[in-house]
Amino acid sequence: MKKAKLAGLAAGISFMALGSAQAVEIEYWQYVFDTRVQAMDQLIANFEAANPDITVKHVTFPYADYQTRVVAAKVAGQGPDVVQLFYGWLDNFVAGQLIQPLDPAVFPHEEIESEFFPIVSAMKRGEDYYGLPTAVRSLALFYNKALFEEAGLDPDNPPQTLDELLAAAEATVKRDGAGNITSVGIAMGMAAQDHHWWREGLIRQFGGQPYSDDGRTVTYNDEAGIAATTWQADLYRTHIVTQIAFMDEPQAAFRAGMAAMSIDGTFRLGAFDSIESFEWGVTELPANDEGMRSNYASYFANAIGAGASGEELAAAEKFLAYVSSPEAMEIWLAVVGELPARQEVALTEENLADPIYGPFLKGLEYAHTTQFVDEAAQRQVAIDMEARMSIQGQEPAAALAEAAAQEQAILDAFYSR
Amino acid sequence: MSSVTGTGPAVEARLWDRFTIRQKRVMWAWAFLAVPIVFYVGIRFYPTFQAFWLSFTNWDLLRPAQFIGIANYQRMFADPQFWQVFRNTFAYLIIGAPVSLVISFVVAYYLDRVRFMHGFIRALYFLPFLTTAAAMAWVWRWFYQPVPIGMINGLLANFGLPSQPFLRSTEQALPAIMVTAIWAGLGFQIIIFIAGLRAIPSTFYEAARIDGLGDWAILRKITLPLLKPTTVFLVVFSSIGFLRIFDQVYNMTTNDPGGPLNSTKPLVLMIYQTAFSSYQMGYAAAQTVVLFTILLVVSLMQLWVLREQK
Amino acid sequence: MTAATVSSELAANGRNIRPGRVITWTLLLIGGLIMVTPLLYMFSTSLKTAGQVYDLRLIPAAPTLDNYIRVVSDGRFLRWFLNSTFVALAVTVSNVFFDSLVGYTLAKFEFRGRYFVFLAILSTLMIPTEMLVIPWYLMSSQLGWIDSYWGIMFPGMMTAFGTFLMKQFFEGVPNDFLEAARVDGLNEFTIWWKIAMPMVTPAISALAIFTFLGNWTAFFWPLIVTTSRELYTLPVGLSSFAVEQSIQWEMIMTGAALATIPTLLVFLLLQRYIVRGVMLAGLKG
Repeated sequence: MKKAKLAGLAAGISFMALGSAQAVEIEYWQYVFDTRVQAMDQLIANFEAANPDITVKHVTFPYADYQTRVVAAKVAGQGPDVVQLFYGWLDNFVAGQLIQPLDPAVFPHEEIESEFFPIVSAMKRGEDYYGLPTAVRSLALFYNKALFEEAGLDPDNPPQTLDELLAAAEATVKRDGAGNITSVGIAMGMAAQDHHWWREGLIRQFGGQPYSDDGRTVTYNDEAGIAATTWQADLYRTHIVTQIAFMDEPQAAFRAGMAAMSIDGTFRLGAFDSIESFEWGVTELPANDEGMRSNYASYFANAIGAGASGEELAAAEKFLAYVSSPEAMEIWLAVVGELPARQEVALTEENLADPIYGPFLKGLEYAHTTQFVDEAAQRQVAIDMEARMSIQGQEPAAALAEAAAQEQAILDAFYSR
Repeated sequence: MSSVTGTGPAVEARLWDRFTIRQKRVMWAWAFLAVPIVFYVGIRFYPTFQAFWLSFTNWDLLRPAQFIGIANYQRMFADPQFWQVFRNTFAYLIIGAPVSLVISFVVAYYLDRVRFMHGFIRALYFLPFLTTAAAMAWVWRWFYQPVPIGMINGLLANFGLPSQPFLRSTEQALPAIMVTAIWAGLGFQIIIFIAGLRAIPSTFYEAARIDGLGDWAILRKITLPLLKPTTVFLVVFSSIGFLRIFDQVYNMTTNDPGGPLNSTKPLVLMIYQTAFSSYQMGYAAAQTVVLFTILLVVSLMQLWVLREQK
Repeated sequence: MTAATVSSELAANGRNIRPGRVITWTLLLIGGLIMVTPLLYMFSTSLKTAGQVYDLRLIPAAPTLDNYIRVVSDGRFLRWFLNSTFVALAVTVSNVFFDSLVGYTLAKFEFRGRYFVFLAILSTLMIPTEMLVIPWYLMSSQLGWIDSYWGIMFPGMMTAFGTFLMKQFFEGVPNDFLEAARVDGLNEFTIWWKIAMPMVTPAISALAIFTFLGNWTAFFWPLIVTTSRELYTLPVGLSSFAVEQSIQWEMIMTGAALATIPTLLVFLLLQRYIVRGVMLAGLKG
């Protein structure tokens, strides 16, 4: 009896506590990445201070299971109100009815199209936008100034062309007596960012095009594609200035000071900031002989969960508007290092002149966005192609042909659904 | 543990007293079994049938399941990746189980005769069994790295030997992962073998000595035959363990799960990916049916073979 | 420890020393040391700074507990540790209770259908967990068990292995004791709990050790059924932690060490019981 009374009392108190604040609680989901979590915590704190009637629960999952978790939650009927998704997952999220289109009355299309970078169009299906990014990311070449100096290279004059990149890698690679690489010229791996460099960077620079304009056909299996693939693979096949999976991951090698160069994205800036043992710099992805550059841009967008309605939907819209506001973008840039998704916030003189943000922002000007239908599976195709060349000694032309067939099968399976 | 209806203690007692002692005991028995029967039916048998049923559907988490006949099985048997995974799974079993059993028997056989620091040495072998596979997989992953951070390659370099790619090789990766599973299971098998050895009455040995048999003959004619129940148990136990390997592979190949080029992917990882990365629950269920069949056939075959040898 | 001292020890034991024995002993010891090498390196690296990780000496030049402080201070590991402990304990208690009860009933009661029930339970040994995972997942999502302690625990609340083990042991309990208790007017539940159970304590401890260890290290099902980090068990938490650390080996080794230390400590305290328990389970099981 006593226990029941106590329980009732406790329930009453907590109910009153809830009622007095009249708070709407919404859930925000994103994957775990240290600086992103910190930045979002900060944004939530600001948002809650401005909107005392709304509380935001911040839920995070490891990247590897992130999509599964969202789907599982939907099945269990307990999905998020605002959810972060990679632009390449949009088709899956829409097909699975995990998210709902943005209300044009709250998020007018003209405003989106005039203020955000054009790549935001990847969030549009039919007449509807399904999400808005806080930040966009592009690739650049990170280099270790200490290793450059050690090799007699000018640490303030990093490679600007593919030939110069190869020369710098050859100068900086270190080997032990047995011929084992102990420090790579450039850290590489398709499992990291190099598949983007290959797809949207090198293939285009060698005169090719990775996919047809409608995104349904693989078009990289031609002379240009073979040349690009061979050039990239020769870094470990013939020049041996790198070793795939050296130190397990390229970023680990770079951070440990055992890679002179590494191609990585803006999102790595936060992690590399903690490096104390050497100075590093950033430069644009190298140009080809004609001076042509090409980059890959991508972003995570925030969308509204399919389950949100009524009060929660209104709160979710408010929150989404805040996390894609100029203020939020500035915080995101400072904490995560990712570039603001609104042009006016990104392209300030200060940012363009910044030795670190500058190269990434310039990269945005000539960046392409791959229309993935299944990002994980398509990346796996690139990983396997690299494994066949680096482990089994397959020739680039044959490896590329196999990869093209595999990726085409993925595209076909998706579009025939 | 009061029983039947509650019209009052007196009525209840009278009703209960009408049963014979034997009947009462039967009722007790079923009362004891009631919750467990619900559990086994609801959590074991029903899901088993459901798994079979799902394997004939296209259920993908988001849309309701539809019956599609044997399409999942057709797709699976036509998929080269499935056959690669099938071969991998058997590679874990066919190399892993015998190697671990032979090593553990040899260690147990000699360790059983050691008195000096017996407990200490036994503990050394047993400790890995108490570790968490998911944690130790990362330790081993670090061991297998190329120079300059890899422990093993560092050692090889010290001896002037060429460094090995280990996890970055389609040939070496599977054995490299298997070693970690053997390592973790060895202590358990050694303890069981020692227990089995000690259960053999010493009179057998004394009789054999009187007959003038040497160590080797005693091992062959007495120890091994009498140890058979233990061996059967361990063969089945470790075979099932190797056929179900997952934790190590999952954690040692997070960058390219089951790679490189699927060369380390066991059936359970394929099931996990199909079900929980691609949400193809029906297709994954068909794969679990195959796993079930393999386990059943392998266990029955081993029991049969080892019985026949008598 | 040199061979000479070993020999003298053996001599002191009054055994005949043959060089073969010394070699065997030495080889066994070396093998044992190789077995614990990964553990030693794990601990050693967890005491190193990021810069020292590439120094492959076993004894760290300047050991530091900084990594442990960093890993423990954010509280996640403690939470995962408590989750694992709670889940493993609850499942163990359930198994000790139900497996014993069923094992006892099947061993000591005469009734029609006994053999059928026994075979039915035993047959579940043939069903791999992996096959049940998808239906369990479906069931859990329909019943709202995803991401809950009960969701992690429910598949293992009873096991056929434990039931079989306990049945074997209860068969060895003499009926006279039970009959005497019946004559004294004890009810069947009390007889089982007060009379029979204390007579099989070695088996109970064996079952408890196995169940606890199995659930403490379980990875596959907790990985599937948990979604929020607060509910991860230690192995699942460690795995996600390791991925998050983007290959900072000293941090990963610290996490792995934290996951390993509890079981090693328990083993050091209860070594005799654990080894005996494993032997018992192996022989009867």
